[in-house]
Amino acid sequence: MSDLSKLTLADARAGLRAKKFSATELTEALLAAIEAGNRSLNAYVLPTPEIALRQAGASDARLAKGEARALEGLPLGIKDLYCTKGVRTTACSNILDGFTPTYESTVTQNLWDAGAVMLGKLNNDEFAMGSSNETSCFGPVASPWRRKGSNVALVPGGSSGGSAAAVAADLCLAATATDTGGSIRQPAAITGTVGIKPTYGRCSRWGIVAFASSLDQAGPIAKSVRDAAIMLRHMASADPKDSTCADLPVPDYEAEVGKSIKGLKVGVPKEYRIDGMPREIEDLWQQGIAWLKAAGATIHDVSLPHTKYALPAYYIVAPAECSSNLARYDGVRYGLRKPGKDLIDTYEETRAAGFGPEVRRRVLIGTYVLSAGYYDAYYLKAQKVRTLIKRDFDEAFAKVDVLLTPATPGPAFGVGEVSGDPLQMYLNDIFTVTVNMAGLPGIAVPGGLSSEGTPLGLQLIGKPFDEPTLFRAGQVIEDAAGRFAPPDRWWDARKGT
Amino acid sequence: MSRQVDEATVRRIARLARIKVTDAEAKALEGELSGILDWVKQLDEVDTDGVAPMTRVVAMTLKRRPDKVTDGEIADDVLANAPATEDRFFAVPKVVE
Repeated sequence: MSDLSKLTLADARAGLRAKKFSATELTEALLAAIEAGNRSLNAYVLPTPEIALRQAGASDARLAKGEARALEGLPLGIKDLYCTKGVRTTACSNILDGFTPTYESTVTQNLWDAGAVMLGKLNNDEFAMGSSNETSCFGPVASPWRRKGSNVALVPGGSSGGSAAAVAADLCLAATATDTGGSIRQPAAITGTVGIKPTYGRCSRWGIVAFASSLDQAGPIAKSVRDAAIMLRHMASADPKDSTCADLPVPDYEAEVGKSIKGLKVGVPKEYRIDGMPREIEDLWQQGIAWLKAAGATIHDVSLPHTKYALPAYYIVAPAECSSNLARYDGVRYGLRKPGKDLIDTYEETRAAGFGPEVRRRVLIGTYVLSAGYYDAYYLKAQKVRTLIKRDFDEAFAKVDVLLTPATPGPAFGVGEVSGDPLQMYLNDIFTVTVNMAGLPGIAVPGGLSSEGTPLGLQLIGKPFDEPTLFRAGQVIEDAAGRFAPPDRWWDARKGT
Repeated sequence: MSRQVDEATVRRIARLARIKVTDAEAKALEGELSGILDWVKQLDEVDTDGVAPMTRVVAMTLKRRPDKVTDGEIADDVLANAPATEDRFFAVPKVVE
């Protein structure tokens, strides 16, 4: 039997239903891939083989009885930001050391209810704050991709770096992820995988460790556009436990995959052509335009004049909300406690020991911008700018159906290459953060390889709740560009055997 | 550009945020936080007169539910991850002498 771990989610689903292999065989293949590859990649912070094999056994029983559910027997990786009942969940922070939830997040519960199998918990930047997965308390994730002729370890992007690396290296069929400023789309783009951040409110945030509540959204990272559509359908739901979750039926996204885009109006925002952008990013963008045009779309120039203010506004809103959300980590109710000489001292010692440097930096920025006398100048100002960013998109979407942009300003960088400079790191999200600020859906689809031989992605941005158009247009790009896998499976300890 | 935060300000906000910082950390944070705050100050260029702050990303009315108890009586679950407990309470260092 060929290596089942390399199947797409859709092909694995077809194979299970045709009884070409069992859910247990499929799960064993993925567990073997994790066993052989995770030492080098560090994508999983906690593999859960016993749970996976138990769930796979139950799926085999259902498959045998002809009672298979939509995701029956399909093994997935879960970002460590999702609370999983009885399974350690840390957000990759020391402050949640040993935290074992007594409840399950709505999104993961939806996946288990659809029959999916959990392979384990995936690495991410601490509290999802980062663009390289270097801020995790479990250490960085290595991308399965390397530059041509080089052994330098590259980052998989972040914050969903473990999710992107695990999908790209075939250590799961698909993974859950989260996106506050680009944390699904940026890692997907630089690992050659597909990632979609749906409209704010499409997936429940209940049971997902909070970072910035007005920006956080759950979504999948997958091997193909079709796989991402399958995943999102079963992650999304209405949820009484999250008051910002939309009471809208979830469409059959997969049915959109392969539909024509003839007559689709595609907008190209001129403000995404930034100073110093590498030539190959511009070329990729032009190539994407040509592909959509060849498939029958019409191309229109649009303007989003407040684009350049999205990133600075984000770095007020996100830290402000994070400083409020992370106030709960006080060493009293869960997680780490570092005893001090009194209660206040215990709080201060605990939070100093438990939060890493980037999280501390953002909590302090957030505390500053929300402190007495500064609220209007920073937070209120940023929220007004956010209204203008949203208004730009509303005006563009009066003329076009979807926007096409690059997903990132460049290809993957090396571990340690950017981590010394927070502002330089923040620039990674320049093309993705606008979408969170406006609450819109965005998908990153592989478009080609850089001159270094590493992946580059295109981003499609849609109207609120118009994920169907993103899947339709995304598939057109995938059909034209093809899918990308790392040329050398250097991480696989079984290699050559 | 002028420095937005000095060392005393770093100490004040660290105190508000309940995070202990060492002298060396306070010094480093002074530069890092000033750099970020200087950079976000470019928002001052944007004319926001008469613009309402964004409060929600998609127009929706906040959901309501009947005012009924739907969960609870799970003290053991609530305490399961506590660093210290006593008689089904969270235990903390003495606050009042």
